[in-house]
Amino acid sequence: MDIHEYQAKKILAGFGVAVPRGGIVYSPENAENKARELGGSKWVVKAQIHSGARGKAGGIIVCKTELEVAQATDKLLGKKLVTNQTGPEGKIVNRVYIEEATDIKKELYLGLVFDRSSESIMVVASTEGGMSVEEISKQKPETIIRSKIEVAVGMQQFQAREIAFGLGIEPKLISRMAEAITGCYRAFSELDATMVEVNPLVISNQEQILALDCKMSFDNNALFRRNQISELRDKTQENASEVYASDRGLNYVSLDGNIGNIINGAGLAMASMDMIKLAGGEPANFLDVGGGATPEKIVKAFKLISMDKKVKVILVNIFAGINRCDWVAEGIVQALQKIEIKVPLVIRLAGTNVEKGNQILKESKINYIEANTLEDAANKAVKALGK
Amino acid sequence: MSVLIDESTKILIQGFTGKMGTFHAEEMIKYGSKVVGGVTPGKGGSKHLNLPVFNTVKEAVETTGASASILFVPPAFAADSAMEAADAGIKTCVAIVDGIPSHDMIRIKRYMRRYSRVQKMTLVGPNCAGVISPGKAMLGIMPGHIYKEGKVGIIGRSGTLGYEAAQQMKNLGIGISTSVGIGGDPINGSSFKDILEKFEEDKETDAVLMIGEIGGPQEVAAGKFAKENMKKPVIAYIAGLTAPKGRVMGHAGAIVSAYGESAVEKVELLKECGVTISKNPSVMGETVKSVLIKK
Repeated sequence: MDIHEYQAKKILAGFGVAVPRGGIVYSPENAENKARELGGSKWVVKAQIHSGARGKAGGIIVCKTELEVAQATDKLLGKKLVTNQTGPEGKIVNRVYIEEATDIKKELYLGLVFDRSSESIMVVASTEGGMSVEEISKQKPETIIRSKIEVAVGMQQFQAREIAFGLGIEPKLISRMAEAITGCYRAFSELDATMVEVNPLVISNQEQILALDCKMSFDNNALFRRNQISELRDKTQENASEVYASDRGLNYVSLDGNIGNIINGAGLAMASMDMIKLAGGEPANFLDVGGGATPEKIVKAFKLISMDKKVKVILVNIFAGINRCDWVAEGIVQALQKIEIKVPLVIRLAGTNVEKGNQILKESKINYIEANTLEDAANKAVKALGK
Repeated sequence: MSVLIDESTKILIQGFTGKMGTFHAEEMIKYGSKVVGGVTPGKGGSKHLNLPVFNTVKEAVETTGASASILFVPPAFAADSAMEAADAGIKTCVAIVDGIPSHDMIRIKRYMRRYSRVQKMTLVGPNCAGVISPGKAMLGIMPGHIYKEGKVGIIGRSGTLGYEAAQQMKNLGIGISTSVGIGGDPINGSSFKDILEKFEEDKETDAVLMIGEIGGPQEVAAGKFAKENMKKPVIAYIAGLTAPKGRVMGHAGAIVSAYGESAVEKVELLKECGVTISKNPSVMGETVKSVLIKK
């Protein structure tokens, strides 16, 4: 789960990482007041969407008067921002963050992620803040510092110092920089994060060390014990169909093709999509109804796919184990009694009691194309597109 | 022979008296697995499915001599149960459950570093279908009848895609020594390489099929291990050609975030390691067959 910049900064502040003063606003009037309250003569108006690269998309505006702050806020609120991370549909701006401007002396990069090879937390830092980590690793790979932190004992002071020295920080600022790095590490490890990225982490002209921007993601599997994090979820930043699906216990990812999929198991779903592609088609989605493929889940899956207007053919591929094919077939028949499907439907059942399952489908008089193997199913789905 | 479990392996069910534990314990017993009892804290001393229930794994191991266990406990308590099994001397533990936090998985693995290589428990999963040695024993939730007894090892992340492979192989008359589901999570108990090592040592396994997917370094690490240390042929299929970068495809671990993690890149890297690639998921069985013929 992703959160907004202002939420991430508030979390970091709680772990002793300094951030510029600021506040969240929902209207231009609100924004003007907030600027006045913050004081000073320069503010940054920042669109809050779940994406980086907002600056290039016009989502970050520097203002010199309170009136400009109000105007910038007005311009951003309700707007859809398209960045290189949002996809062409963009993301809507419902909240705007007003922040005092910082005089930047030096911009650094600091990121923390899980390293799946060593199964530890990896800190990545660079002197080239402000660029994305992908850009840094392409253009200035020699500036990248990596440090693996042993999670059982946590980050040690010397490790934070090593990173700070590696970044070429002046000696008098080392301990403050080490504190900021340790704070980020603690936020990551104590809140079940999967990613913390401070980009840029800056040294100001006043020699403060400040997190100027921050992105955080959290482990969905750990939200049960992180109420204060799960409350930060903003569904307006997620794909509407994916929210609908996740609220109903389905694993769904919306894609660009036109063959809708209903499959049990994530691996089998990916494999079926591969077959569609090899047969010359494009999947409209990834949808895993869970290994068990219960009738309730199948009904929900059909409802979800029927809402997707791109879908021209639906492919159902269920490999039934202990949940027998006859039971799954009854679930499919029930679903089709409740939901009208107007596009061709290809069904492939496999596994326990497959004959019985196919028999039930045939006798039910539902309109469908039967397929026997993975390949057969994909070929028939692609062929049905032409009809 | 087989790896991890066989007909004489004594099995405990952790979370025995719950609905899931009860159902799958019955299925395992029907298959012929030697289930000797279970653990449900607070219900020790009672009987369930005519088998003894214990309060702690330690007590259960001391009384029954069990060496394997399977967890049917909710994700929030799974890490604790796995560590309890390791501490009690269990040798093979399967975690079926989906939804264990990554930080907890790391905690389990760090905890297990206290044991020497000989003493150390093999944790399989989480988020997997378990382990089956066809005709001998099942420590999982798979439909046992689709697996034919034989000499090919299977290691896979996905449950149902593993079933697909087993069925394709059965249709071609190819049997399986052991099939191990290592699960779809980013941090798992055993990696592809960990299980490959066991298959290489197993006298009755002739070849190994790896069913991988996008995300993480494990498939390629296993390929390198096979190139450097294995005499037995390895076949692989990698799912997720159409998966967009940076999106989680169902399994928490199925996300492309670095070079070498997409399906196309993994296939290339595995080919360089001499692994035979199954071009698509409908020819996994045939690809295994072609390798066995050449051998």
